[in-house]
Amino acid sequence: MTTTERIERHHYDVVVIGAGGAGLRAAIEARLAGKRTAIISKSLFGKAHTVMAEGGAAAAMGNVNSNDNWMVHFRDTMRGGKFLNNYRMAELHAKEAPDRVWELETYGALFDRTKDGKISQRNFGGHEYPRLAHVGDRTGLELIRTLQQKIVSLQQEDKQEYGDYEARIKVFAETTITELLTDDDNRIAGAFGYYRETGQFVLFSAPAVVLATGGVGKSWKVTSNSWEYTGDGHALALRVGATLINMEFIQFHPTGMVWPPSVRGILVTESVRGDGGVLRNSEGKRFMFDYVPDVFRNQYAETEEEADRWYTDPDNNRRPPELLPRDEVARAINAEIKAGRGTPHGGVYLDIASRRSPEYILKRLPSMYHQFKELADVDITKQPMEIGPTCHYIMGGVEVDPDTGAAGGAIQGLFAAGEVSGGMHGSNRLGGNSLSDLLVFGKRAGEHAAKYASSLTSRPQVKPSDVDAAVETALAPLSRSGENPYAIWHDLQQVMQDLVGLIRRKSELEESLKQLADLKDRVAKVAATGGRRFNPGWHLALDLRNMLLVSECAAKAALTREESRGGHTREDYPTMDPAWRQVNLVCSLDAGSGEVVITRKPVPAMPPELLLLFDRAELAKYLTDEELADYDRALAEARLNKLDGSAAAKEATL
Amino acid sequence: MKRHFRVWRGDATGGRLEDFQVEVNEGEVVLDVIHRMQATQAPDLACRWNCKAGKCGSCSMEINGMPRLACMTRMSTFADGETVTITPLRTFPVIRDLVTDVSFNYEKAREMPAFAPPPNLRPGEYRMQQVDVERSQEFRKCIECFLCQNTCHVIRDHEENKRAFSGPRLFIRAAELDMHPLDARTDRKDFAQSAQGLGYCNITKCCTEVCPEHIKITDNAIIPMKERVVDNRYDPLVFLGRKIFRRRGLDEPAPPSPARQPAAVVPQTTTLDEQGRLPLSEFTFERPGAPSPYGEDVQFPLPADGISYHHPSEERPEIDQARD
Ligand SMILES: Cc1cc2nc3c(=O)[nH]c(=O)nc-3n(C[C@H](O)[C@H](O)[C@H](O)COP(=O)(O)OP(=O)(O)OC[C@H]3O[C@@H](n4cnc5c(N)ncnc54)[C@H](O)[C@@H]3O)c2cc1C
Ligand code: SF4
Ligand code: SF4
Ligand code: FES
Repeated sequence: MTTTERIERHHYDVVVIGAGGAGLRAAIEARLAGKRTAIISKSLFGKAHTVMAEGGAAAAMGNVNSNDNWMVHFRDTMRGGKFLNNYRMAELHAKEAPDRVWELETYGALFDRTKDGKISQRNFGGHEYPRLAHVGDRTGLELIRTLQQKIVSLQQEDKQEYGDYEARIKVFAETTITELLTDDDNRIAGAFGYYRETGQFVLFSAPAVVLATGGVGKSWKVTSNSWEYTGDGHALALRVGATLINMEFIQFHPTGMVWPPSVRGILVTESVRGDGGVLRNSEGKRFMFDYVPDVFRNQYAETEEEADRWYTDPDNNRRPPELLPRDEVARAINAEIKAGRGTPHGGVYLDIASRRSPEYILKRLPSMYHQFKELADVDITKQPMEIGPTCHYIMGGVEVDPDTGAAGGAIQGLFAAGEVSGGMHGSNRLGGNSLSDLLVFGKRAGEHAAKYASSLTSRPQVKPSDVDAAVETALAPLSRSGENPYAIWHDLQQVMQDLVGLIRRKSELEESLKQLADLKDRVAKVAATGGRRFNPGWHLALDLRNMLLVSECAAKAALTREESRGGHTREDYPTMDPAWRQVNLVCSLDAGSGEVVITRKPVPAMPPELLLLFDRAELAKYLTDEELADYDRALAEARLNKLDGSAAAKEATL
Repeated sequence: MKRHFRVWRGDATGGRLEDFQVEVNEGEVVLDVIHRMQATQAPDLACRWNCKAGKCGSCSMEINGMPRLACMTRMSTFADGETVTITPLRTFPVIRDLVTDVSFNYEKAREMPAFAPPPNLRPGEYRMQQVDVERSQEFRKCIECFLCQNTCHVIRDHEENKRAFSGPRLFIRAAELDMHPLDARTDRKDFAQSAQGLGYCNITKCCTEVCPEHIKITDNAIIPMKERVVDNRYDPLVFLGRKIFRRRGLDEPAPPSPARQPAAVVPQTTTLDEQGRLPLSEFTFERPGAPSPYGEDVQFPLPADGISYHHPSEERPEIDQARD
């Protein structure tokens, strides 16, 4: 079919796909570099997923504890990711996050303050010092609104200069990109998509594209993610020859609501446990004491009495086991439910009512009180909450150059930042590290996309045949009579939830791949009724193909990695394996068969000056003997050069 | 259990309320029901949503005439057997079904001069006290659901006022910047009066009542802005507001509202008017007065002396005076 349809065309220097924190920050930078910039978003301007982030943005500003600095933050990030992180990304992130947060103040952001008028910072799991800049429990909203308003202010400058708000930066809201387009030399030439409102197609011709499309959680049944999270960016990148890494690592947050069904997956903040909440099974047993792993044995209380004393006297008592890292708690809850000790609705109890006074609960957890009161009719000052693990964040994503955000693989002109990119968080993300990630790498991707666009001597041209093919693919579901997309989506979620969930097994993963193959056939025949104007059925039919592709990557990578680490737990390989720490699994698309191919690639090795920031004893838990020998050599060398590495390390461990 | 729903379906060229019998389970919200309609009966039913947790402000619609977030409206708030009628926001042109064109709000936001950073401070040098940022922070809680804009009678049935009137969402933005401890501009209030149409607002508080973030739009933003403006500009409504509206709700009984025509119950028609709006005006609606301002716990008809809502036609002459 050659298209007779008139397709709206736009020419830009940089096209940013995604209007969350990463996309907006990238667009600001590209526009500041003087590039004509387009921002594209599936939802309305200012409603991207970033809006939902609550806790805060991690940046080692040292406002609350002056011992904090980038080295401590770097170490925390690497530990959190179980040393699989791209060290360079973690380093840049830790170094640049404070500047990115301060910058927001010059755009008009109003963070909560310390007594001396600086930005206040709060404690969060895995961060050694209070580090999260925040605004109550709506930090994501503040971040996105601030960036949105900065873009408006740039538009106002352009209006003054050129008489047109949209002279150099324009937002295409409610527009979905379905295909990236390249020229014959594998250079990005543009992006193709449709306006959700009208169903009309639109073609952006641009030499540089920044992907900032967020995550993939909508392929799981129980998730804290919204409909936007269909893995579009991951799939778009794969289809033009880019590569994805770490796709097996998915963060399940231990405490999501489980009842009523309508709110299943919605997040229950960690602070409930921090403020005294405990987990109990249906027999009333406080079960976390049974799940303290050996490596943590020394740091966690063994009796309820000791755990309870910790809240008032943390110096002389050990922490309650409810405060173990997210992945440990999620696994424990899962085990209790599987053993038949779950609640009627398939969760466990999170109880603060029996442990703290109603006044205390209302004062410390007002938003949780309201969330349960309004959505579940549960009064958390009187009743326990029912909670269970919920799919929250994907650590994996587009393999990028750490400094520029340029996508790896056989493609030029493609950049990625935010949740859609991979590497920064290794196998497990620390809370608060995402919002700062968006700012740091959003800026870098925007800057380097602009540079790349300037460096070209000829503008890559879109191939008309590609556009025809894209039109055909997009229209196909409307002209077919076939299966309802909602039914396929439902089945996909069930497969991923049951077989590629929190705990994985070889047989189940193999089964998932079989079922995904069946689903692929069904997606190829999916049909949408109705017309092209704002038709959610049609939109879903088109998104399904992306969801399926990323699900396949996650399942295949999970099957390949025979160890447990961070957001990937294999029942048949329950421990971490230092040899696997050196391996990244890279997904690419075989051009011929359209199959996902997994290859192994070494994780970049930390240079000595970063390695020496850690204690040898700690590294010994993660590294192979050869790597430890390298460490010893580096340490000896540093001593020789009178750069006393261990002293530096000690100072930073304080 | 199956329940009866009426959902407005159509586009700018016209539409009608369609009947649906939909399964409703314990604990569900209206958005769940809409999703079930999409999955089982009407895959192309258009509706916006994102977070399903009251955080993004996408799912604004009118539920039994009340401007609400569909994701925060629990089915248990309706009486057993009560028909639930779901219609799009009335103040904005319909695109399709429950989706309206809210670009008005973004255009007005673009006309609002941005935060002006203090010239002598570099990033990282900003110092502000918590008490000083809190006033602006209240307004920054806004999730841009535009329910307040939808409810405000100045534009709800008066397309012609949209040019000159920015609406409550933008008044709180003006107030936020005015109260920002470090904003370098000093003309926020003048701007609100001269360019945003603050003078049109006659402090009915309807916007405050529908705000899902419980922002005290009128008391904390509009009235202070008006009071400041009045320092150098005469605003008859401030006078009025001081005299009547602010006292109301405290201790004194409200003054009796002007006599109303009993509302005729007219069956709903099926087409849109020239401006692409629904025909649901307060004269054809089954309840007296536009129902939105009152919140859902109020019994209709309201006793006349308890009504704090003034029909725009009663206020027109004063508004016109206030305009310059
Ligand atoms: C409930 C919750 C709480 C969280 N709390 C925190 C926290 O406290 N701290 C923290 O650091 N992190 C937190 N996170 C994680 C963090 O919010 C996200 O990882 C982050 O916001 C992702 O931002 P992003 O810019 O990458 O993408 P998003 O903000 O998700 O934006 C994606 C954008 O891409 C657009 N898009 C997608 N596909 C297409 C397409 N095909 N065409 C056009 N546009 C497209 C979307 O419309 C959207 O505008 C939380 C997450 C959740 C779910
Ligand atoms: S108080 Fe009434 S008139 Fe004023 S902005 Fe709010 S709704 Fe509109
Ligand atoms: S002020 Fe309240 S009602 Fe108005 S847009 Fe903001 S959140 Fe919505
Ligand atoms: S879906 Fe976000 S507010 Fe309702």
